[in-house]
Amino acid sequence: MHVPARWTALAAAAALAAAALAALPATAQPAAPAAAAPFKVGYVYVSPIGDAGWTYQHDSGRKEMEKALGGKVVSKYVESVPEGADAERVIRELAQSGHQLVFTTSFGYMNPTLKVAKAFPKTKFEHATGYKSDVNVGIYNARFYEGRYLAGIVAGKMTKTNVAGYVAAFPIPEVVMGINAFARGMRSVNPKAEVKVIWVNSWYDPGRESEAANTLISQGADVVTHHTDSTAAVQAAEAKKVHAIGYHSDMSKYGPTAQLTAVTHQWGAYYTKAVQDAMAGTWKPGNVWGGLKEGMIKMAPFNPVVPKDTQDLVNKTAADIAAGKFHPFTGPVKDNDGKERLAAGKVITDADLSKMNYYVEGVQGKLPTSK
Amino acid sequence: MRIRLEPRPEPSRLAGWLSPLIAAAATLIVGYLLFSALGKNPWQAFHVFFVKPVATLYGIGELLLKAGPLMLCAVGLAVGYRANVWNIGAEGQLTMGAIFGGGIALALHESTSPLVLPLMIVAGALGGLAWAAIPALLRTRFNANEILVSLMLVYVAGYTLSLLVHGPWRDPEGFNFPQSKMFGDAALLPILLPETRLNWGLLLALGAVAAGWLFMRRSLAGYQMRVAGLAPAAANYAGISAPRTVWIGMLAGGACAGIAGVNEVAGPLGQLQPSVSPGYGFAAIIVAFVGRLHPVGILCASLLMSLLYLGGESAQMGLALPSAVTGLFQGALLFFLLASDVFIDYRLRLGGRRLRTRAAGMSPAPGAGR
Amino acid sequence: MDQLAELLVLTLAAGTPLVFAALGELVTEKSGVLNLGVEGMMLVGAVTSFIVTAATGSPWLGVGAGIGAGAALSLVFAVLTLSLMANQVAAGLALSLFGVGLSAFVGLDYVSIVITGITPLAVPGLSDLPVIGKLLFGHNPLVYLSLALFAAIHWFLYRTRPGLVVRAVGESPQSAHAIGYPVVRIRYLAVMFGGACAGMGGAYLALAYTPLWTEGMTAGRGWIALALVVFATWRPWRVLAGAYLFGGVTLATFQAQAAGVSVPSQLLAMLPYLATIVVLAIISRDAVTIRRNAPASLGKPFHPG
Repeated sequence: MHVPARWTALAAAAALAAAALAALPATAQPAAPAAAAPFKVGYVYVSPIGDAGWTYQHDSGRKEMEKALGGKVVSKYVESVPEGADAERVIRELAQSGHQLVFTTSFGYMNPTLKVAKAFPKTKFEHATGYKSDVNVGIYNARFYEGRYLAGIVAGKMTKTNVAGYVAAFPIPEVVMGINAFARGMRSVNPKAEVKVIWVNSWYDPGRESEAANTLISQGADVVTHHTDSTAAVQAAEAKKVHAIGYHSDMSKYGPTAQLTAVTHQWGAYYTKAVQDAMAGTWKPGNVWGGLKEGMIKMAPFNPVVPKDTQDLVNKTAADIAAGKFHPFTGPVKDNDGKERLAAGKVITDADLSKMNYYVEGVQGKLPTSK
Repeated sequence: MRIRLEPRPEPSRLAGWLSPLIAAAATLIVGYLLFSALGKNPWQAFHVFFVKPVATLYGIGELLLKAGPLMLCAVGLAVGYRANVWNIGAEGQLTMGAIFGGGIALALHESTSPLVLPLMIVAGALGGLAWAAIPALLRTRFNANEILVSLMLVYVAGYTLSLLVHGPWRDPEGFNFPQSKMFGDAALLPILLPETRLNWGLLLALGAVAAGWLFMRRSLAGYQMRVAGLAPAAANYAGISAPRTVWIGMLAGGACAGIAGVNEVAGPLGQLQPSVSPGYGFAAIIVAFVGRLHPVGILCASLLMSLLYLGGESAQMGLALPSAVTGLFQGALLFFLLASDVFIDYRLRLGGRRLRTRAAGMSPAPGAGR
Repeated sequence: MDQLAELLVLTLAAGTPLVFAALGELVTEKSGVLNLGVEGMMLVGAVTSFIVTAATGSPWLGVGAGIGAGAALSLVFAVLTLSLMANQVAAGLALSLFGVGLSAFVGLDYVSIVITGITPLAVPGLSDLPVIGKLLFGHNPLVYLSLALFAAIHWFLYRTRPGLVVRAVGESPQSAHAIGYPVVRIRYLAVMFGGACAGMGGAYLALAYTPLWTEGMTAGRGWIALALVVFATWRPWRVLAGAYLFGGVTLATFQAQAAGVSVPSQLLAMLPYLATIVVLAIISRDAVTIRRNAPASLGKPFHPG
């Protein structure tokens, strides 16, 4: 069969290129340290680290862990890994390249983490905000709602219109319990307070978050908070000269006048302990849900306009929560249709919290997905 | 000295073959300069970008896994592009295929019958087909530009998927997260290469490539499509109906994209999520062009494109480069390809002064060009 | 009443990036060139304007830089399609992809920077008037600029000779060339104008609407602008109205939510695209209607014989 000249040329070119590439020097291996090789820890982030937000806090925690454990640990992160088919490859690559403990910091990594964990039984994995675990997969999360309750107290005291605006991403239980805790905190000091919610259906979309915040402000909200990943809501509040409560990170840089406080995530202590356990061989797959007590939630410094008695109340409530003396969801808890969800005196169980699919009294509207 | 582009009497075949190579080489040069400018050793960077991702069996599996949907979509699109039918909505047709296929998977969730998967694939193809039929209908009946219609439908498809996974198809055990139930085993594509994620979807993709080749090279309809693209007036005169061309062109793209959609959800995803494709439908357009609208070329181009995806990820992990570098390379590759394609239909004339003709009707004196 | 005024201000603000990008694309398409790369040009404009503002402290310099960046990127497209006869669809797609990647790349170090953007000016006395004050004087300066741009483009296209020439080039480049107009040069200018406007739209987003930079921050607005031009049947005032409509859709869902009405947001979000398809079908359905509306040579390459 006659092979046209151009086929031969093409094949030759391709072969040449392949040979050239294969001959490239392999990436230099890092020099092994004189002492025991450092423990390698991997992190998978769903968004860019940026300067504030969910991933920034995880990365701050990672840095704290590195600082605490010094040269014994070396960590690597991969950011902006989309949830979906590609995540599995990234998680796998971290396991493959010798990382012995891998933290996957977003719900959507749940199934890929489990799949990779099966293929790498000697590697340990920790998945944040998920609900499936395995012999080498632990899950961890933080009781953000505790901070929300405290934020609600501040909002309740500082509002003049008695309306707070909440820019929320998706109606999943974690977000809903945050809204509810915030509303309960507000109404514990201001029974007339109401919370309006706008769902933007995105974790990160500054344009929409800004529009949502402005809409809430135009509808009377003078305290704005959010459960989304950008600083847009706080910035919108600053521009419109109303109050704001940041989330994930201290956002006072973006809203110096507006931010009253922020509910910040602190992962450093948790990461340090988890890595230490893994290094010592005592790591076990856990189901950790820590809050104020474990230091996983911390309120940002108060804006000076917050009166001292409010600050004291918040601090005292925080201490009570940490000591186990008070739970933000202590009955009676009624939903905003008036139905009682929790009897007086009872404390909500973790299981019920994780399934929360209703608004409490004081939150306006209907949850988009409640049946 | 003036530089002019002079139309060739007939397209240059040599240029047709060389142009993707030139484009690839130019992209590599850009990469070299980029890596150097960023302070990385360019050769090491090339290694991390192009070699490391496929240095293991798993890596090869990933390369083929990602090339599959690109190949599939591009082959279908190429059928239309050859006939000047510009289907830009493959991404939406892919999404629709995923919805239809996923719908079958969810409806037959408890079933273990071996028919589930074939049913899903057929459903996916029908879904993509139906979605492509809309721009086809609007073009043939209303003369509406299929570029814009198919593009708008991408968004409609995306929102439809979002609506479904946030609402009626949301996993009741899934803590209200927007995703469907995980598909049952009968609804998942079997793994082709053990120790990798490569599944039988690749066979479907290769089958499409073969079918595409057969269609274009060996079937009357394919021949007619090519003629319709090269000389529409002649085609019309020869009785090749323009509407038929549009329908075949759009439906081919739609069906292939639909199958690619099913492959994604029955493969690495295993469920329906708010987004089922990282832009395969759009990348496939580039693959179709770089592959010169020829099934074999598309095969090679899809591998290259897949390598660019994997390379970008590898560069992020190994070189601390941002993931955005992938889009940069893909865009640059297409730019260079489009630029070097000019030599297929046009010749560069570094002409001297245009000679005054000696007499009306005489061609320019010899030596004026070559 | 005050709330209504506020809502209108928000709607105008939301629609403004679309106004810039779509008006620019309209001029480009009127000359017969289809540039699908609007998203890429907007992002490049956004990141450039942000970086220049962060570096110099002057947001207006940033706006200028954004305009320049958009025009520069469109130049690449122009060379490819107008001089090298490349396929406009493919080139536009490549431009989009490239622009998204380039802007993300270049903007990496600026994701966390805070800048003082362009904020609404307070006109002493007038801005504080109830309702009217906010409605007339409460807008961001760039919003007023977009309205001025609309007026200028409308006047240019329909009331000046050069505008007529641009339209002629779009209808029949061969005839225009035969008369002696420099078709290719006119198209170059039209494409670059479109790029400049897209860049301005991006600058508005990064400096005024949400003063920050994040990759992909246009979130598909460039594609919406493309749809908008068709939806508006290539008429400037319809582009304006459509931009506020498209931009206001999200706001409308938010207003409904905040008022306690629960609306499935995806359905509403789909509407602009479905509407565009319907309009496209209607205006294209017969030769007369389409000739009256769409530039006849849209998307077809022109080679001066």
